[in-house]
Amino acid sequence: MNILEIENGRWVKVLDFQDGLGIEAQLSQMGFLPGNKIRVIRSAPFKGPLLIEVEGREIVLGRGIARKILVEYL
Amino acid sequence: MRFALVGQPNCGKSTLFNQVAGYRAETGNFAGTTVTFTETRLRILGDIVELVDLPGTYTLLGTNPAERVVLDYLITKPVDAIVNVIDATHLVQGLALTLELMELGRPIVLAINMMDEASRQGLKIDGEALGNLLCIPVLPMIASRGQGIRETFTETWKVAREKTVASVLPFKPEIESSIDQIKGILAMGEFPVSRRALAIKLLEGDPELTSRLGGEYKNLIDKVQEQLDTLCHQSSRQAVWLIATERQRIAHDLQNKVTTQGKAYLSIRDRLDDYLLHPFWGYVFLLLIISAFFEIVYGIGHLLEGPLLNFFNNLSALVLSQLDSTSLFSQLAAGAIQGISGGVAIVLPYLIPFLVGLGFLEDIGYLTRIAFLMDALMHRMGLHGKAIVPFILGYGCSVPAVMSTRIMEDKRDRFLSAALATMIPCAARLSIIFGLVAFYLGPWPAVGIFFYNLVIITITGRIISSFMPEDSPGLIIEMPVYRIPTLRTVTAKAWFRVREFIFEAWPVLIVGSIVLAGMNFFSITPWLDKFFRPFTWALGMPSAVGTPLIFGIFRKELSLLMLAQAFGTTDFIHVLSPEQMIVFTVFVVFYIPCLATMVTIKNELGWKNMALISSLSLLVALIAALALRLLFLVF
Repeated sequence: MNILEIENGRWVKVLDFQDGLGIEAQLSQMGFLPGNKIRVIRSAPFKGPLLIEVEGREIVLGRGIARKILVEYL
Repeated sequence: MRFALVGQPNCGKSTLFNQVAGYRAETGNFAGTTVTFTETRLRILGDIVELVDLPGTYTLLGTNPAERVVLDYLITKPVDAIVNVIDATHLVQGLALTLELMELGRPIVLAINMMDEASRQGLKIDGEALGNLLCIPVLPMIASRGQGIRETFTETWKVAREKTVASVLPFKPEIESSIDQIKGILAMGEFPVSRRALAIKLLEGDPELTSRLGGEYKNLIDKVQEQLDTLCHQSSRQAVWLIATERQRIAHDLQNKVTTQGKAYLSIRDRLDDYLLHPFWGYVFLLLIISAFFEIVYGIGHLLEGPLLNFFNNLSALVLSQLDSTSLFSQLAAGAIQGISGGVAIVLPYLIPFLVGLGFLEDIGYLTRIAFLMDALMHRMGLHGKAIVPFILGYGCSVPAVMSTRIMEDKRDRFLSAALATMIPCAARLSIIFGLVAFYLGPWPAVGIFFYNLVIITITGRIISSFMPEDSPGLIIEMPVYRIPTLRTVTAKAWFRVREFIFEAWPVLIVGSIVLAGMNFFSITPWLDKFFRPFTWALGMPSAVGTPLIFGIFRKELSLLMLAQAFGTTDFIHVLSPEQMIVFTVFVVFYIPCLATMVTIKNELGWKNMALISSLSLLVALIAALALRLLFLVF
């Protein structure tokens, strides 16, 4: 399951990243580390980006990236 | 002595810097990059200290230009102490960077900023306990109110004097053993930072350090690879994640030991995004906020422009009447006055309120919200949400629009958004749309031009992106919490940009106006008309339109004024057909950004890109105007 498939507001746990993203380091510094809890706060209309709460911070993620972050419900 | 200010984006580092530096700060670029830093001198306990404000960075991984320069700066430059600023409300993330900085083995002081915000959220932080755990000075701070700043710099001065180096908090044993193995190979060398820091950076896969040190120490690359394989084998995770996870674990531990969560006092600020980012109301508010922004900026600009222009017009009339008005000298003097008035009366009245307003929206945290709302639409032009800012500013003046492309990290994004934003009609070009098209042909053709302009920009964006595909995977930005900006930070930021205009673009404008006056004096205009004839012929214009178009390069609104001079009348309806008016206006809107904008593009993106954007705009102007002309011929 990736971030695009989860319900807004429900907490999930980061499992892994799909290969070929090339920005693992950038994501990990934003708090997207395997095991961390995240939730989608809201998503922008017209297939816009997602606003995600991770480790007490709010991060805007484009859909292309969100699709590649694998998660599971708590 | 030299201190470096290091912290994550939105930690209030710039607020702190502006509190101590104000307008005396100097900005500079890191060699070979567009990443800027600011610098100032302070007097602390009798010593002169250079304080460098490094760009905000989440880690020292070097994954983007800003991080790279911060890492290189800390590794290679003689920094006597690091002032690490962290946001009290995001302690864990902040401390992860602190731990990374402590690895470098330089004297360091930790300032926990935004203590007021933390207590509003019910968070109590025991700075003293944290200091004891980390063995470095930890000071509470509220930079926006100037609290805790003096104490922080005094402590920094002390650790720099005594060269106190922090001890490190160990990672888990597997990682520590890998670090030791790599340190072993580096044992002989002399380095400006600790060998431990280098070993960690090598494990994190820093490409520059790997190639630099790999050349000097044989076996090093093999050894690093061997350790990476071992670590990956043990945990099936990349070393860079293992280390990040370890730092986060230690930071979590520290936070648990030093903070207590009390009752939070939530306010309207915490509910604001429910309205401002709402799928419907969010756009309504966006429209309202942007309109208000423009109303205010235009209002102030308009209020100042009239009297200032009057003053300069009277001045140049006075000069011409005092001197022999037909002499070369008086003409050149009048040209110089025109150039000066162009800056004082036309650009600055709009530029200053614009930049102050932009800084205000930025510091309050609204620009990121605009990016969030507009990202999907901007993708249709091959750009992402942040690029909306130069577009909005473009309707005022292209100069701040081009300057604001700085908020994008990617070079390609900066180029594309600068190229497209300069095609947005600025105030000067709006005056032509209103003065010519709306005045003679009514409001609807004017609205049509605005719409046509956006269509052409979108098509241009799509075409350029097909040659330069988007390589950034998409937005990853932190959504800052709403904050009340400090006047000092906002005005200091505006002043830096205004200063660039005054010292770089304006002189060119003045010299250009003098040259133009000379050309006028020696009646070179018929030659210019001839030179421009291929363009004017293709567009179906009278040849006298050539010179006004040249003048338009200096200042766009001159096109219209010079048109009146060239035709000897301001009643354009007798000399131009409605179709000609529209084609002329469309051409003027798109072709070559004005001189001040060109200089700004050169400063921001270099000569090559300036030439590229200018020729591109000429090409787009020709195609857009010709397409319309053909349309008129057919229908």
